[in-house]
Amino acid sequence: MGAQEKREGALAGFRVLDLTHYIAGPYCTRLLSGLGAEVIKVEKPGEGDGARRVGPFLHDDVHPEKSGLFLHLNAGKKSITLNLKTSAGKEIFKELAKSADAVIENFEPRVMPSLGLDYPALIQLNQGIVMTSISNFGQTGPYRDYKATELTEYAMSGLMYITGEPEREPLKLGVNMAQYVAGQLALVPTLAALYARETTGVGKHIDVSIMEACAGLLEFQAAQYDYTGWVPKRIGNINEKGHPWGLYPCRDGYVALASRFGKWPLMAKLMEKPELKDPRFDDSFGRIQHRDEIDAIMLPWLVEHDKEEIYHTAQRLGVVAGWVRDMKDVANSAQLKARDFFVSVEHPATGALVYPGAPYSMSGTPFQTGRAPFLGEHNEEIYLSYLGYDKQELVRLRGQGII
Amino acid sequence: MTTRPATRSRGKGVVTKGLPLSGVRIVDVTLMWAGPFCTEQLADLGAEVIKIEAPTGDPMRGMVAPVPGSGAYPGGEPGERPYNRAGFFNQVNRNKLSACIDLKTPTGKLLFKDLVKISDVVVDNFGGGVMDRLDLGYDVLRQVKSDIIMLCMPGFGSTGPEKDYAGYGIVLEPLSGLSSVTGYADDDMPMKTGVDHMDPMVGTHAAGAIVAALLHRKRTGKGQYIETSHLEAAAFLLGEAFMEYSMNDRVPKRRGNRHPFLAPHGCYPCRGDDRWVTIAVASETEWEALCTAMGQPEWSRDAKFKDAESRWQNQDALNGQIAAWTKERDHYEVTHLLQQAGVSAGAVLNLKDLASDPHLNERNFWQATEHPEAGRHTLIGVRFKISEMSDKFRMPAPCFGQDLDYVLCQLLGKSRGEMAALVRDKIVYTRPVAGAAD
Repeated sequence: MGAQEKREGALAGFRVLDLTHYIAGPYCTRLLSGLGAEVIKVEKPGEGDGARRVGPFLHDDVHPEKSGLFLHLNAGKKSITLNLKTSAGKEIFKELAKSADAVIENFEPRVMPSLGLDYPALIQLNQGIVMTSISNFGQTGPYRDYKATELTEYAMSGLMYITGEPEREPLKLGVNMAQYVAGQLALVPTLAALYARETTGVGKHIDVSIMEACAGLLEFQAAQYDYTGWVPKRIGNINEKGHPWGLYPCRDGYVALASRFGKWPLMAKLMEKPELKDPRFDDSFGRIQHRDEIDAIMLPWLVEHDKEEIYHTAQRLGVVAGWVRDMKDVANSAQLKARDFFVSVEHPATGALVYPGAPYSMSGTPFQTGRAPFLGEHNEEIYLSYLGYDKQELVRLRGQGII
Repeated sequence: MTTRPATRSRGKGVVTKGLPLSGVRIVDVTLMWAGPFCTEQLADLGAEVIKIEAPTGDPMRGMVAPVPGSGAYPGGEPGERPYNRAGFFNQVNRNKLSACIDLKTPTGKLLFKDLVKISDVVVDNFGGGVMDRLDLGYDVLRQVKSDIIMLCMPGFGSTGPEKDYAGYGIVLEPLSGLSSVTGYADDDMPMKTGVDHMDPMVGTHAAGAIVAALLHRKRTGKGQYIETSHLEAAAFLLGEAFMEYSMNDRVPKRRGNRHPFLAPHGCYPCRGDDRWVTIAVASETEWEALCTAMGQPEWSRDAKFKDAESRWQNQDALNGQIAAWTKERDHYEVTHLLQQAGVSAGAVLNLKDLASDPHLNERNFWQATEHPEAGRHTLIGVRFKISEMSDKFRMPAPCFGQDLDYVLCQLLGKSRGEMAALVRDKIVYTRPVAGAAD
C-alpha cells in the first residue's frame, strides 16, 4: 500500500500547479496528490513553503525537510523553486500554466493580480484552466484584505462562539480546523469544474473563503436561528441534539455517549438502570428537558467503569459510544491497525516514518501516500524535461535568483 | 439576509443547465448529516440528487408528532406536516428531490435497481453491510449498471473488529484524538467542538471522492466502489498532531487559545454580554502596530514585552493589560480598528452577528428560499463561488416523497395506476410513518 502502490489514482494524467503554502491550500493539493494528480508545488527560492518552518520537527531538529506538518501535507507532490516576482519567473510560470489543468493558490487576494497571474491572465494562455483561490475572507467584500490566523478565522466564522464552557471564554480547537475545512471544501468545486471542462473545454475560477467554509458548517444552528430566533451559545460538553450527547468523565478518563434515535432503552440495559426507562425520557426532547435527572443516574455509573470497557460494551450493545484518545491511543487503535490505515513512508531526510494513510478508499483507483519533496527537488525534471531548458540555462536562472 | 427566494417547480426534475455536474444523477440513500452534507455539495454543483427515504423518513425531519416545544419549526409551529417544516432538514437538503421507497420489500428493491440503471452514483451512509443485507450492495448494483459509482460511509469502515460500531460525529472527535488536544490549558477536561466537525468533514471527502470517480469514469468508462470511514478521515485530519507522536513519541496536549510560540494570541472580553475578540500577533511590526492602535505605544518598550520570547513568557500579564483595553470596546469596533492598523483581529461572532454581517451579506453567503410548507426562510447558501455560475438555489428542500411522480412515472415509466397500486401495497409512501426520530 501507500508509497509502493502501483495502480493509478483517479486523477492520473491531471497536472496541477500548486501555489499554496502553510495549511489550507496544501491540504487541498494533498488530496489531489492522493487522488493521483501530478501536483507541482511552486516554492519561493531559498525559503519554500512557510510550513517547512513550523513544527513538529523530527527529534526537535528545526530543519526545512523535517517538519511533520509539511511532510504530511505535501506527501506525493513535486517541488520546484520559482521567483514569481521576477519577469523571467512569471514567464516560466506562464509556460507551465499552458499545459496545466488546474492552478491552486492561497495567497492574499491582492497577490495574484499584482503578479499579473490572475484568472483573466491565465485563461489568455489556457482557456481550459481551472483556478482555485482559497483565502481568509474570499476574493471580494469588505473584509477581503483583512489579515487572519487560525484563531481569528475560527472566531469570525461563528464556530468559536459555540466552543467551550458557558462561563469561560470561547475556545479554538487543538488543530488548525478552519484551514482544513476550507482546503477540503475547495477540492469539490475544483474537481467539478474539471469534470465540466471535459465537455465544455472551458475552465472556471473558484473562490473559497475560509470564513464562509467554516460558517457554512453551522447548518443546524442557522436553521434554528432562522426559524425561531434562537442564538446558540457555548454549552460545554453537552448538546442541543439530545441527552446524553457529549463527553462525560468515567473512572480512568472521559467517554462520549449519544442517545441514538429509537434505541434509548439500550442505555438502561447497558447501565442496568431500569429507572432510565422512565416515560419522561422516551424521546430526545424529554431527555433534554430532564438532563439533571438522567445525569444523576448515569454519571455515578460511568465513574465506576473504565473508558475502553464502556466503549466496547456499549457499542456491542448498540449504544453510540467513544472514548477520549490521545495520539498514542490513536496510533494503537485496533480498528485502524486492522484496516492498515497507517503507512510507513521512507524519506531521505527522516528515514522511514509512520504517516496517516488514506482518508477514504477507492476500489479502482487507490488513494496514494508518497513522500514530500525537498525544496526544489524537481527543478531539473520540470525545467529540463517539461520546458526544454538546458542545464546551462538552469545554472544561469539559479544565479539570477529566479529558480 | 436579503436575496430573491428560490421557488420550486414540482415533479419536473431539476434544471441544471450550466452547472458543472449538470446531467449527473445521484441516488441518495443517506440520512442525518454526514451523507446529506455530501449530496448537498453535489446538488449545489448541479447534480440531480434523488433522496430515497425510508417509510419513516430521514430522522432529521423530526418526529411525526412532535412533543410541544421541541424542534425548530417556523414560528415554533410544527403545523400539520411537521416533517416538511423541520429547519435543519430543510437547510441540508435544498436542491434535492425526495421519493419514499421501502427497500425492505422485493418490489421496492426492483424499483431501486431500475433507478440505479439510469443513474451515475449511489450514496448511502448506513452502517457497514446494510446495503449488502438489503441485497443492494455494490456487487449487486454493478450487475445492474456496470459503471455505477457507489459510495458507502460506514463510520469505522466495513472491515475490522469495530466495523459494526456506530460512528456518530460526537464519538469520532474523541476517538480520532481531536478532543484530547482541545480544551482550556489550565483545565484537565477535554472539550468537544460546537458542530460535530467529523460529520461534514467526512461528507466533504465523500463529495470530493465521488467527483474524482466521475472524472475517472469519464476518461476510462469505469465505475468503482468508494468507502469513507469517519475514523480514518478524522485520523488523517489529525495528521499534524499524529506526526508529533510518530516522530518524537510525544503526545500533544491542550493549550487553549495559546500559540506554541507567539504572544499575544488569545480571546479577550469586549463590551456587552458574552462579547469577545481574538487577537493574534505574529511579528514585531504587528506588535508595535497593536500597541499604537491601543494608544499604548510605551508597551512595546516595556522590558516584559520587548520581544517575542518576553511576550510569550509574560503572556498572562500581557493578556490582562489587553483585556482591560478591549473590555471597554465593542467586538466589531476592536476588529476594524486593529485590522486598519495591520493586526490580525477577529470578533467572536455569533449567529445573530453572522446573519447581519456586512461581508457575508455582500458575498451572498445567506440565501432566501420560499418553501411550500415552511414558508420564506434564509439558509446558508452555496459555500463556494464559481465564475459565471449562478449560486442561486434551484429549489428548496423537498417535502416528504413529493417527487414520487417524477421518479416512478417520468423516470421509470410507470403509469398513474401502477403508482397508485404501489402506494396501496405500501411499497412507496406519500407520508411518513412514525418512528425514525422518536
